[in-house]
Amino acid sequence: MAIYRSHVLVCGGTPCLLKGARTIRDLFQQEIDRYQMTDEIRVVETGCLGPCDEGPVVIIYPEGVMYSRLQPADVPKIVENHLYKGRVVEELIYKEGKAGREQSGPPGVTLEGEKYLDRQKRVVLRNCGRINPDSIEEYIANHGYKALGKALTELRPEEVVQMVIDSKLQGRGGAGFPTGLKWSFTAKTQADRKYIVCNADEGEPGTFKDRLIMEGDPHSIIEGMAIAGYAVGAEEGIIYIRGEYQLSIERMARAIRQANQYGLLGKDIFGSGFNFQIQIRSGAGAYICGEETALLESLEGNRGEPRVKPPYPGVAGLWGKPTVVNNVETLANIAPIILNGPAWFRSIGTESCPGTKVFTMLGDINNQGLIEVPMGITLREIVYEIGGGIPGGKGFKMAQTGGTSGGCLPMEYLDLPMDYDTLAKAGSALGSGAMLIIDDTHCIVDVLKNFMRFFCHESCGKCTPCREGNPRLYEILTALSAGTATQAQIQLMKDLARTMQLTALCGLGQSAPNSLMTCLRFYADEIAEHLNGECPTGVCKSLATKSEAV
Amino acid sequence: MEMVKVTVDGQTVEVPNGSTILAAAKKAGIKIPTLCYHEDFNVKAMCRICVVEVVGARTLQAACSQPVSDGMVIITNSPAVRQARKINLELLLSNHPQDCLNCVRNQRCELQALADQLGVQQQRFHTKTRPESPKDESTAALVRDPDKCILCRRCVEVCHEVQSVGAIAPGNRGINTQILPAGGVDLNDVACVQCGQCSLVCPVAAIYEQDHTERVWAALADPEKHVVVQTAPAIRVSIGEEFGMEPGQVTTGQLVAALRRLGFDRVFDTDFTADLTIIEEGHEFIDRLTNGGVLPMITSCSPGWIKFIEHFYPEYLDHLSTCKSPQQMFGALAKTYYAEKAGIDPKNIYVVSIMPCTAKKFECGRPEMSASGYPDVDAVLTTRELGKMLRQAGIVFSELPEEEYDDPFGITTGAGVIFGASGGVMEAALRTVYEVVTKETLPSVDFNAVRGIEGIKEAEVDLKGTKVKVAVANGLGNARKLMDLIKEGKADYQFIEIMCCPGGCIGGGGQPIPTTNEIRKKRIEAIYKADAGLPLRKSHENPAVKTLYEEYLGKPLGEKSHQLLHTHYTKRGKYPEKSVG
Repeated sequence: MAIYRSHVLVCGGTPCLLKGARTIRDLFQQEIDRYQMTDEIRVVETGCLGPCDEGPVVIIYPEGVMYSRLQPADVPKIVENHLYKGRVVEELIYKEGKAGREQSGPPGVTLEGEKYLDRQKRVVLRNCGRINPDSIEEYIANHGYKALGKALTELRPEEVVQMVIDSKLQGRGGAGFPTGLKWSFTAKTQADRKYIVCNADEGEPGTFKDRLIMEGDPHSIIEGMAIAGYAVGAEEGIIYIRGEYQLSIERMARAIRQANQYGLLGKDIFGSGFNFQIQIRSGAGAYICGEETALLESLEGNRGEPRVKPPYPGVAGLWGKPTVVNNVETLANIAPIILNGPAWFRSIGTESCPGTKVFTMLGDINNQGLIEVPMGITLREIVYEIGGGIPGGKGFKMAQTGGTSGGCLPMEYLDLPMDYDTLAKAGSALGSGAMLIIDDTHCIVDVLKNFMRFFCHESCGKCTPCREGNPRLYEILTALSAGTATQAQIQLMKDLARTMQLTALCGLGQSAPNSLMTCLRFYADEIAEHLNGECPTGVCKSLATKSEAV
Repeated sequence: MEMVKVTVDGQTVEVPNGSTILAAAKKAGIKIPTLCYHEDFNVKAMCRICVVEVVGARTLQAACSQPVSDGMVIITNSPAVRQARKINLELLLSNHPQDCLNCVRNQRCELQALADQLGVQQQRFHTKTRPESPKDESTAALVRDPDKCILCRRCVEVCHEVQSVGAIAPGNRGINTQILPAGGVDLNDVACVQCGQCSLVCPVAAIYEQDHTERVWAALADPEKHVVVQTAPAIRVSIGEEFGMEPGQVTTGQLVAALRRLGFDRVFDTDFTADLTIIEEGHEFIDRLTNGGVLPMITSCSPGWIKFIEHFYPEYLDHLSTCKSPQQMFGALAKTYYAEKAGIDPKNIYVVSIMPCTAKKFECGRPEMSASGYPDVDAVLTTRELGKMLRQAGIVFSELPEEEYDDPFGITTGAGVIFGASGGVMEAALRTVYEVVTKETLPSVDFNAVRGIEGIKEAEVDLKGTKVKVAVANGLGNARKLMDLIKEGKADYQFIEIMCCPGGCIGGGGQPIPTTNEIRKKRIEAIYKADAGLPLRKSHENPAVKTLYEEYLGKPLGEKSHQLLHTHYTKRGKYPEKSVG
């Protein structure tokens, strides 16, 4: 393998690609060729680097300088100055904050890109933005498939399950169910066939972590699945990827082909006698198909609807066979746990919820994008330190954690540690890790209407409370914003929301009213003002604003 | 079986491990309200009416689906439970038309009963959130009214899982979800067999039979018309249920009296043509058996089954007996033989059938079913429609005297009666075929192996040297299994009886609501009781049938029989062309 003095890593995540990252990549190569540095400097298209709002983003190693918002005209400058003359092009360096470069005054010499990464703890995203996701060799060079080798040659399946149990890893899809326990159910169940299903149907609005993990480090998922297969006795894996994720599908498919060529999938892996193969299936984008039993229905060719549980998929899943369904991020955690041990994993994050969490930050926040941080980090740290605060000097109103099915947390909760247990206690959820920041110019009723419209659209229609309840919640919120709601309707809305949480058939319907329930608690005053014909933010046009009313 | 102890509202009960909360509560004397649940089907747990509290659980649990575990503490009646049930019911009611007084299921509606039971007394959700859809009246037998549908999916379950037809399924999603024929086309444009099992399990009036009562009232009031009525074997053991009687009562005499009071000119019995079917079909079988005809021969009495084979196994139509069903044989003879005998112009004879069946409404409209030049049968009333007419006429069924059928089509045998239960046609045929072939008297007329509600039954009969292997299937899912065996060349039967509906005609789609497998069993018992109580048990001993051959038909399978009593079938395929019948 050739030795290069510098690496130019061009972010190949979808947001950067949409902003012209491929042109930037090609220009870098062209310029490097022109300077006859082809043998010294390598240009790599890599996975997501994080600051999705700042694309196209490029990092140059070994210096670790991150350039952002690159235009084609910027590339010759960087090649000439940075790569040829060794002078960092300071005016192009990534700066924190939305449109950071324009705002942050005269450029300093600090490498903000490195700091951005330093604040994080990258376990899942260990390779994202550092290796070429289309190269199995680069994955292997970064300890890839070492954990699979260790599991197959040094550990018994039950020891692998035990390690995952001991790590206290919880499912990263949203519900936070202990992964090791899930595996143990399937491991214990006797069957002629078992399946490992990777849930990559990421449908939660504002969540795109799974896509970026697949795009940035597809082999980490394959390795996690193969280890899971060995642990529970499954020889078949299926990755269910939502159809819109074309790049993920491409990269996963290429990675599977490479792994097969290297004998890391297929028959008798590492001479252990263990066989494992992976197929990809793509979904049509229904939100409900991210619910694991609806996903299985979809895989079987049926209408995507949740099943009655029990039986749980671990015992009777795909085609009635024991099936482990794990989220992409969960699986990407497996290899590091096997390599470094459960104690190492537990040393990250909090005692009850160890490890890291990948968040996608969006909304009214300066640094939008993907971050990976230890569990237990506070909302304040995410919003004001890593996220760079709220743009335009506006105030923080609330954060919706866990995507649209999560709850809304007000200012008083800024110091709440972000983990599954704490957020559940606060009436919200860590969920998939979407973090929607909303500033104080937004109206709570208007925001809720938007959430409820989503659930009206995405309810599968199977059970009464979700099918019929979501449109009713939307109806009452609409009345509220139009100034026609009554106090009795507010009470009915509360009772209905509670009934949905208590009686809906699956997690979709049960969590649909979470945002509403938390807002009824934290923003009761603002809702009451709507009842009195006032919208304090002036968003609800048919109502008076506070000042007008006075 | 491992037993577990659970506490339901403070009472401890012992139930088998894996029982549902619903079953455990029943044992404790508590009837948890349900809506989508049906005792004969897989649990879907969708309506969320039967929710209960389980101590320690984060959410309420659906009693119909949640299995109990040892030590479980269940609370079925708490403020949280009552509120949740009521809100879920109010949600359903808010999109349900509020026209109970004009509804075909008024006072016979599970939703209405539940609203009363749960104390719903006001509408808190005012507007409709679901778009309205027109009624689908495209088929001869059934009316779909999607606006009434509460999406319990019992119809889907019976259509797919029991009947293996799959004519209707959920379409669209969220609040726009509907139960639809594939692609949202009319029901008549998909492979629906019109068995009406959907109408039998629908808790509301989202699917029900096409009404024939008005045309029957009109015929009865028309002085020009000579209105004759025939009653299918299964009606006598189920009509009482329309008037609150326990399932399993034989009410033949009251049925005849009731029909006479409604004003029918002659009250006849389909059992008569059931006996005739046995003579024709029995000889057809003997002919096929001895002359190398297509075997196995399959019965053709059940119009839902006929439509099923036409749609799904059209290449096997030559396995079907060419005999018309007893209903159609009756109509053909009423407008020919009877018309001549009574000296009435067949155009003035109006034939009404009382059938446990919705598919009979389709059958009577088949273009080939008009042997006399007029339709064999003019109107078909389901058991439910007859109940409705009797109530309209103020006839107090339970207080009626027992009366006798009219001659000549009122003379029947036990063999005709048992047509009403699965296995009955086969048993009746064997009673006759045995004696015709062997020329000896049967030692026992009871062929118990082919009786009962079991889906597929087999028997072997020794016709003095010729062994005949027979099979009986009820419910189209079981019919499909037998047809697949034939397709794979694995069926070594010579004679097969297939009835479309579970349990046979006593479980037909036109029977009283509710019809469950437990009720079917009681009706079957009643059928065999009626058989055993008759002096004649074999079709070939029916004196009126003998006279019919002497006076009119000549001989079985003769030319006249061929014209009047036999028919042909239509290859339809799974994706039918628009509108056939």
